[in-house]
Amino acid sequence: MEFAFTDEQAMIAETVRGFFAENATSERTRKAMAADGIDRELWSSFANELGLAGIGLPEEHGGAGLGMVEMALVAEAAGAQVAALPLLGHVMIGQAIARGGSEAQKAEWLPRLAAGELIATAAWAPKLSVADGRISGTFPFLPHGASADLLLVHSGSEAWIVDLKGAGVSVQAHVTMDQTRPFATATLDGAQGEQLADGDAAIAGALAAGWICLAAEALGGAQATLDRTVAYSKERVQFGRQIGSFQAYKHRLADMMIEIEQARSAVYWAACAVDEGSDEAQVALHSAKAFCADTYFMCAGNMIQLHGGIGFTWEHDAHLFFKRARSIQTLLGDGQWHREQVASAVLGAAA
Amino acid sequence: MKLGFSPADEAFRAECAAWLQAEMTGEFADIRGIPNLCDAIPRRKEWEQRLGEAGWGCIGWPRKWGGRDATIAQQVIFAEEYARAGAPNRINHIGVELAGPTILAFGSEEQKARYLPEIAAGRQIWCQGYSEPNAGSDLANVKTKARLEGGEWVVNGQKVWTSLAHYSDMIFVVARSEEGSAGPKGLSFLLMDMDQPGIEVRPIRQINGEAEFNETFLTDARCAADAMLGAAGEGWKVAMALLAFERGVSTLGQQMQFRNELDAVIDAARANGKAADPVIRQKIARAEIGLRLMRYGALRMLSGTDLAAIDGAALTYKIQWATWRRNLGELGMEVLGQAGEVASGDHYSWPTLPNLFLFSRSDTIYGGTNQIQRNLIAERGLGLPREPRGQA
Repeated sequence: MEFAFTDEQAMIAETVRGFFAENATSERTRKAMAADGIDRELWSSFANELGLAGIGLPEEHGGAGLGMVEMALVAEAAGAQVAALPLLGHVMIGQAIARGGSEAQKAEWLPRLAAGELIATAAWAPKLSVADGRISGTFPFLPHGASADLLLVHSGSEAWIVDLKGAGVSVQAHVTMDQTRPFATATLDGAQGEQLADGDAAIAGALAAGWICLAAEALGGAQATLDRTVAYSKERVQFGRQIGSFQAYKHRLADMMIEIEQARSAVYWAACAVDEGSDEAQVALHSAKAFCADTYFMCAGNMIQLHGGIGFTWEHDAHLFFKRARSIQTLLGDGQWHREQVASAVLGAAA
Repeated sequence: MKLGFSPADEAFRAECAAWLQAEMTGEFADIRGIPNLCDAIPRRKEWEQRLGEAGWGCIGWPRKWGGRDATIAQQVIFAEEYARAGAPNRINHIGVELAGPTILAFGSEEQKARYLPEIAAGRQIWCQGYSEPNAGSDLANVKTKARLEGGEWVVNGQKVWTSLAHYSDMIFVVARSEEGSAGPKGLSFLLMDMDQPGIEVRPIRQINGEAEFNETFLTDARCAADAMLGAAGEGWKVAMALLAFERGVSTLGQQMQFRNELDAVIDAARANGKAADPVIRQKIARAEIGLRLMRYGALRMLSGTDLAAIDGAALTYKIQWATWRRNLGELGMEVLGQAGEVASGDHYSWPTLPNLFLFSRSDTIYGGTNQIQRNLIAERGLGLPREPRGQA
């Protein structure tokens, strides 16, 4: 029974926690929010100094050769700081190519992704038409879409990557509630797509990575809201007592911890199941995405409530967590959809 | 980080699964899958002894005392296979999982030799004398008194919620042995024979019609001076250690039983068409997710080497499973609809799901209520200040 981190995994977790805590500060995140939602200096040191952009990519193509558990540790640490990074699209396209690309496609794209040279995004449940490898369609809610170089789209069992700077592409940036991961809409009108060799494998790899990334971000974020609220509850004195000594307050914090401990199991279960190719992987992924998103939202909402008036201000970071949590709830399938996938696995398809 | 068990552990799984299957489809088929804790007590006693004879009674204990020196992984596996085979709830749960480990930790060699082989053999059933009418959640408020008299402890007081006391051979009693002491100080942890004139047991009928627990009256009840774990006046330490055992490996076996209960809900939903209802589907999915997360949470705790993190996760486990199971009971009734409200026979007795619905109201109370659990999580897990307390 070894459902615990290896020494190497524990070391990675500690390193990335330290890195994000030190660098993805509120001040820098807010600066990125006022621009396109990407802290480029952070992205550059993330990719180049720490080599973390290649975490789930194979070593022969410039990656670190590690798996989804390690990728989850990175996303968890990034989520704890609501880091303004284009991590989601990056891991999705990276896994799509690593798992579904031809050797030539891997050799061409993976080293550049591992080096952080490209910013990527991915479309969820797209409607598109393809003629002679040229793709047309409208792709809304692309995370960091206005800043991205590459787009992953898929349909049925086919997947393509599209150069967003190429001909036949127009991109509309949106003002998004969560400014750390703003959306854009891309309109493709006969844009050149590069089809990945094994579409099924590419799509499965992208979705697994995307769901784990979001679940892990949610876990990190939820734990951060708890830690920050616990700290506040020990500082703030009302009625002559630290507010953390009031039972009504304690019980809400306890409820946060109870959910977070389950969310932690969910993330590592899903990541481990994907790495091991377990039969449980699909149920684990849907469970993790649905459960962790709800946990994060509950915790971030409690963070605002338990901070009182200050928690409602722009100045306080609570809203960064709250908006990220809300956004994770609907990204790549909402909770109802994911739970229905679990129900289908348990009960059979809906009538 | 790995999900599964080693090949050696899987071989162990095959061994115990085969044995359990053979018993549960053979000689003990009549008590397979019975939902209630008080049914077929004589057969269950025979079953405890069969487990003991075959060396499966207390596998986590040292071989010297009738165990198998089983690793935590093996204990988990055995618990899973035990429930998978539909073997009945252990009527000596308290002896095997609580009294035994506490005696192992605090007992003298002589005490170990006196009690452990009997428990391992399935011949000695234990019950737990903790709660009192005014000492439930506030356990340090114990009023039962013990005084030393002519080489014996003489005990007077009343215990309550004593599960299976009416079928037990032994009871451990937390009693106040220092006159005038208060709170956790001055308590002693005594091991007493149930079969004596000073102990009277009165069953309490509970919400589902069964009488699993009791009031236990101690009137000049006696035990030998050395039938005590730990030192006189230091019973609190022993009592708290025992509660830690209660929250340890023993809870893992529940999960396969929970699997069986959730499967019963799923089967009922399939049978009456509710499996097509999108609201029911969402609720079943939530239950399924919750169950899986309990399992991996437990494996995470038991695999972990980071003790601080494990403690935090372990603190949350009681409230997790208790709440999950209470919700499952409600879901079972929602799936059954009105059919769940009519007993199948002509007396007040319930099949699995309605019994679960009623019984599971106790899960969020015994072993520390959900409210007490939240205080523990907040104070021990999150380091929040204690709520100011009144004088005992």
